[in-house]
Amino acid sequence: MDVGYKYGFRTEIETEYFPQGLNEEIIKKISHKKNEPEYILDFRLRAYEAWKRKPLPTWSNLKIPLINFQDIIYYAEPKKRYESSDKISPEILETFNKLGIPLEEKKEMLGYAVDAVFDSVSIKTTYKEQLKEMGIIFCSISEAIREYPELIKKYLGSVVPPTDNFYAALNSAVFSDGTFVYVPKNTKCPIELTTYFRINAYNIGQFERTLIIADEGAYVSYMEGCTAPIYDENQLHAAVVELIALPNAEIKYSTIQNWYPGNEKGIGGIFNLVTKRGICYENAKITWIQVETGSAITWKYPSCILKGDNSIGEFFSVALTNNYQQADTGTKMIHIGKNTRSKITSKSIASGYSNNTFRSLVKVMKNADYARNHTQCESLLIGDKCHTHTFPNIIIENYTSVCEHEATATKINEDLLFYCNQRGLDTETAINLIISGYVRDVLINLPLEFAVEAQKLLELKLTGSIG
Amino acid sequence: MLEIKRLKAVVGDKEILKGVDLTVKRGEVHAIMGPNGSGKSTLAGVIAGKPNIQVIEGSILYEGENLFNMSAEERAQKGIFLGFQYPYEIQGVSMLNFLKTSINHIKKANNSPTISIVSLANLLDEKRKILKLSEDFLKRSVNVGFSGGEKKKNEIYQMLVLNPKLVILDEIDSGLDIDALKLVAEALNIFKNENNALILITHYQRLLNFITPNYVHIFVNGKIIKTGDKDLALELEEKGYEEILSAIE
Repeated sequence: MDVGYKYGFRTEIETEYFPQGLNEEIIKKISHKKNEPEYILDFRLRAYEAWKRKPLPTWSNLKIPLINFQDIIYYAEPKKRYESSDKISPEILETFNKLGIPLEEKKEMLGYAVDAVFDSVSIKTTYKEQLKEMGIIFCSISEAIREYPELIKKYLGSVVPPTDNFYAALNSAVFSDGTFVYVPKNTKCPIELTTYFRINAYNIGQFERTLIIADEGAYVSYMEGCTAPIYDENQLHAAVVELIALPNAEIKYSTIQNWYPGNEKGIGGIFNLVTKRGICYENAKITWIQVETGSAITWKYPSCILKGDNSIGEFFSVALTNNYQQADTGTKMIHIGKNTRSKITSKSIASGYSNNTFRSLVKVMKNADYARNHTQCESLLIGDKCHTHTFPNIIIENYTSVCEHEATATKINEDLLFYCNQRGLDTETAINLIISGYVRDVLINLPLEFAVEAQKLLELKLTGSIG
Repeated sequence: MLEIKRLKAVVGDKEILKGVDLTVKRGEVHAIMGPNGSGKSTLAGVIAGKPNIQVIEGSILYEGENLFNMSAEERAQKGIFLGFQYPYEIQGVSMLNFLKTSINHIKKANNSPTISIVSLANLLDEKRKILKLSEDFLKRSVNVGFSGGEKKKNEIYQMLVLNPKLVILDEIDSGLDIDALKLVAEALNIFKNENNALILITHYQRLLNFITPNYVHIFVNGKIIKTGDKDLALELEEKGYEEILSAIE
């Protein structure tokens, strides 16, 4: 059933590795390598101190094998990234070509702009200059730390503090690369901004750090994709993503997660342990859309803090697990402002021997008058060896608010398949059709070209899952 | 077209079909009438290839071919259509998408080119009007939120669109009001010709007022116990199964 993973190739390229393990020296080395100002090094070291004192979280419904954090390599970069000042090395260019990620710019801004991250470094950010003319900053976080200290000082760690949780603290100590976006006041970013994360080197951890700021009245749609080669050893991806939607701004954040999931026996695969959170000021809106299909383990709860009055948080999720994959994913909606609204739509699909958990927290604070939430979580089981669970948590401290929760769990049943067979569809086509209908109200929120890709990916992932 | 001989079948460990013989030729309309639980739906299921029914004896030939060598989708692709007593719902899949996928799979299996958008639209429109279905019908998810009558009409609609050769309708008349029943019967009369055949499974005689069967079979306890023409249905309506059964015995 490994047919599902076509991105499992490895690029042969000379790589510089830092020594295994985590200590102050390594952190200083990372900071030095990136030419960071002193305050960032301080930020990292404080996070490291916090991390050392934090216990490993055990509350999730996941069986995470013991990770030895001293065995991991925390930084790896290809030695020869560029042939000349503006020419990317052919091996890396070829890698992104194979992955279907365009690193060449056309004269006009077409399709989407890409920040391409390879192991611990950003390789190229397309359409950077053209966006800059509109005042939009789209670059690697490393570059932003050097070039835009005011924004970084103000916002880095402001939504996910370095002490937030075990993996966020780890990330804050050792984060390597990721994307920075700033959209100025009343500006609508004209194209999709995307980051493509590729882990190539063996035994490295990838510590993505992304920060997106939409200033007052701004709009941006951002999307991330991720893949990794097939290795028998597990690898760690511990990301932190922070979104800031200032008054009247809107951020749409889409993820198509396709990390290597391990083989059909559950050997190998990425541990995807991620903290994603956004804050909405007055009348602002944040929409999280995720299609989670990869990784051996997914631990991820993209959340919204609805601080400003009338702000809106949305979460649309498809989480598919197959073979021995495990996912514990969902969202938190924290209603602080008045008239805040949130909507949660989650669709889990479990197949094989996998374990798929939806977890949510809807919290309405005392002053959040007339807050509203609607949660709909559905689970679909294929076969009888997989599990799905839901852990919704609703805490209401304001009696004027309205929270609704709907949940269903269904199996793809034989009778429905027979109905489709009787109309001339083979079973695989029938399952794909049923799944496409099931995930429809999530996928329609994705930018069009990615919706098509997500649909194909889901089909590929389920190939052969009914015998 | 269809030749069933000494067919016995079990579901679980219960014998449901106990020796069915039935021959259906092109151009014919057969009605199979029988009480609840007599095995009529199981017979329809066996012909269409429903899983979980195990044939233990007998044979079915469809156009000279052994039906048991074909999967359910192959049977459908070769022109066997079953109108379901309880049609299933598919959330998020529009009727348009469902029918398009269905037509193209059937065409592909028969080595025909896929249908063009224009021909598809014309076909769907033409058939839709026969059943007086509204325009937004095609945008709705398959059977989701349909009334009982709409679900039944939808089965007939799919039949008209797919234009199969052998049609088995399992209690298509139950849950239909008189106007809908007339519409369905009208559609069946438009559909039937010298090259196709219809098997109507029903409890009641009333559908047969609008579409005349060549044969009426009385089906009791897993087999056909009596065959006659349309008058048999009237007799059955008048006397009930009990009396006909005791007359035979």
